[in-house]
Amino acid sequence: MKIGVLLKQVPSSDEQIKIADPSAGIATGDIKWTINPYDEYAVEEALRLKDAKKASSVVVYTVGGKAVEQRIRDALAMGADGAVRLDDPAFEGSDCLGISRILSAALKADDVSLVMAGKQAIDGDNAQVPMMVAELLDWACVGVVSKLEIGDGSLKAWRASGGGVQDVVEANLPAVITADKGLNEPRYASLRGIMMAKRKKILVKGAADLGLDGATVGAGAAHVVEDAWSLPPARPAGRILEGDNAQRVQELVRALHEEAKII
Amino acid sequence: MGNGILVVAEHDGSNFKKTAYELLAKAKALAGGAPVSALVMGRSDAGDLGEYGAATVYTADGDVFAHYTPGAYVKALQAAVSAADPAVVLAPASAEAKDAFPRLAARLGVGYATEVTELRVDGGAVVGRRPQYGGKAFSDVHVSSSVALFTVRPNSFPAGVATGGSSNVVALSLDLQPGDVKTTVVDSEEPSGDVVDLTEADRIVSGGRAVKSKEGFDTIIRTLAASIGASPGASRAAVDAGYAPHSEQVGQTGKVVNPTLYIACGISGAIQHLAGMRTSKVIVSINKDPEAPIFALTTYGIVGDIFEVCPLLTEAFTAALA
Ligand SMILES: Cc1cc2nc3c(=O)[nH]c(=O)nc-3n(C[C@H](O)[C@H](O)[C@H](O)COP(=O)(O)OP(=O)(O)OC[C@H]3O[C@@H](n4cnc5c(N)ncnc54)[C@H](O)[C@@H]3O)c2cc1C
Ligand SMILES: Nc1ncnc2c1ncn2[C@@H]1O[C@H](COP(=O)(O)O)[C@@H](O)[C@H]1O
Repeated sequence: MKIGVLLKQVPSSDEQIKIADPSAGIATGDIKWTINPYDEYAVEEALRLKDAKKASSVVVYTVGGKAVEQRIRDALAMGADGAVRLDDPAFEGSDCLGISRILSAALKADDVSLVMAGKQAIDGDNAQVPMMVAELLDWACVGVVSKLEIGDGSLKAWRASGGGVQDVVEANLPAVITADKGLNEPRYASLRGIMMAKRKKILVKGAADLGLDGATVGAGAAHVVEDAWSLPPARPAGRILEGDNAQRVQELVRALHEEAKII
Repeated sequence: MGNGILVVAEHDGSNFKKTAYELLAKAKALAGGAPVSALVMGRSDAGDLGEYGAATVYTADGDVFAHYTPGAYVKALQAAVSAADPAVVLAPASAEAKDAFPRLAARLGVGYATEVTELRVDGGAVVGRRPQYGGKAFSDVHVSSSVALFTVRPNSFPAGVATGGSSNVVALSLDLQPGDVKTTVVDSEEPSGDVVDLTEADRIVSGGRAVKSKEGFDTIIRTLAASIGASPGASRAAVDAGYAPHSEQVGQTGKVVNPTLYIACGISGAIQHLAGMRTSKVIVSINKDPEAPIFALTTYGIVGDIFEVCPLLTEAFTAALA
């Protein structure tokens, strides 16, 4: 069984975000990039399934430019066997559905039976692509999974449902799983892994290689457009309460009651 | 282009959730007289949704809705969209809707914007605004398809007041085929107690590394939370140390919350924690380090020891609410 891992490069979670042009999104000039943290859990889970002989190979899929190859190498150094980078001028400006059409075309061509993805990418915070991929492939999808068991042609997954409910879900393969924190503890790449990653192959595929009609992806097909970027609205200045503990607590309760009117 | 707004009204088995009333009120304001309808899954009556502005309530009921499956949920959404032909669909950014809406968007070939916190009408279209990068940036979001799908973060809009209308109830027939529902829920574990899910909670009391132990978390944080009917939350440091379960983690790799009141106890305010709670309306921080970054977002701050301040605050809240 071949496992495909969907991987996205995102700004490191401790990066300061700046906006240079409000119509264009964030300024990416000196951003430090990482693998989306949830995708690291996805890579790790795929590798564990391979270690347990439940999978034959683990291949990373990403829609992105040449610069993303560094992140792909990171995943190859963890132990992934190969990677497919999906890149074409026609892909530019895709919305989540466009990205999903590209990914699903690539996955279909490669005979993948399990797709591991992150529950959400911490750049756009969209939480859309994996479920869209599943729909386009007509596969099952279980999202926000914190424990996974793979059987013979089937899976069992523990997921967070609404209202704090923890559901245990069964489905047949092929399927898409999205990883939550807690699924595993991602490994660090070993020195040997880093050396081996240099020799692993990254295939680059475009619309023609996938038999994909360029008009169904990219900016022309996008139904979702974002603009008017800004930093978060400033918060009204706060107040540090004075006095001894008892006085400060009394003042807090009074302020919550009389000023904020919420207690 | 469709007409009017369809709202997904979620319920807990007996009552509609607050989000149903928040979204109906917002839909009514945005629709400007165009029809507002609602979809209810897993029950066959409209409850009081008519009084809050839903002229038509579509229902999809049956055993298949006993537990959430994307197969049944998306099929119901699809049937409601085809019956109501709305220009806009609004749902709460709940675990269920966030799972189902991408599938619905892909099935219909339309655009979907996740977890908006504002909605307005601009040039005849509904435009959303949403946080990205863990709330470190915001953008407008325009959805240009014939139907535009949005999920909305709970507590973004005030719930409406009943104005005394009634609704026309339409039972949808789903005609589920084998293969439509690809997942089966074989077990379901309810949370202990009746604490409101963090993502919907109106009040949250969170504890950080400073609580020092699980007992510390239980006696300091849970007791303070209980005194004002708040849901307990935790920083990642507290979760990683085993003081609280991951389901209570707030932040980039935990839950994103939007309460009216957020009380942070012994939490430094790392950027990944702020990612989960920075839109809280009033933030109270208790921290012994006056330089802690959390104070930059704080409405009311106490520089002090949580082991001394929190028990006093529990007492004061209990007395004030008695
Ligand atoms: C990819 C990634 C994702 C992350 N996701 C999250 C996330 O989802 N949520 C999250 O919270 N963090 C997350 N983090 C971790 C984050 O960077 C911080 O490490 C974490 O938030 C720190 O938790 P803390 O504030 O409880 O602990 P600390 O930073 O150690 O702060 C403890 C605070 O308590 C104060 N204190 C100590 N004793 C007392 C006392 N007796 N009384 C009063 N105050 C006291 C100290 O002054 C200090 O400010 C993530 C990190 C990474 C890299
Ligand atoms: N450009 C991309 N290339 C590969 N995988 C992606 C891409 N965008 C999103 N994904 C996958 O989909 C998940 C959710 O992303 P999103 O829907 O953007 O929040 C990510 O964690 C990745 O696993």
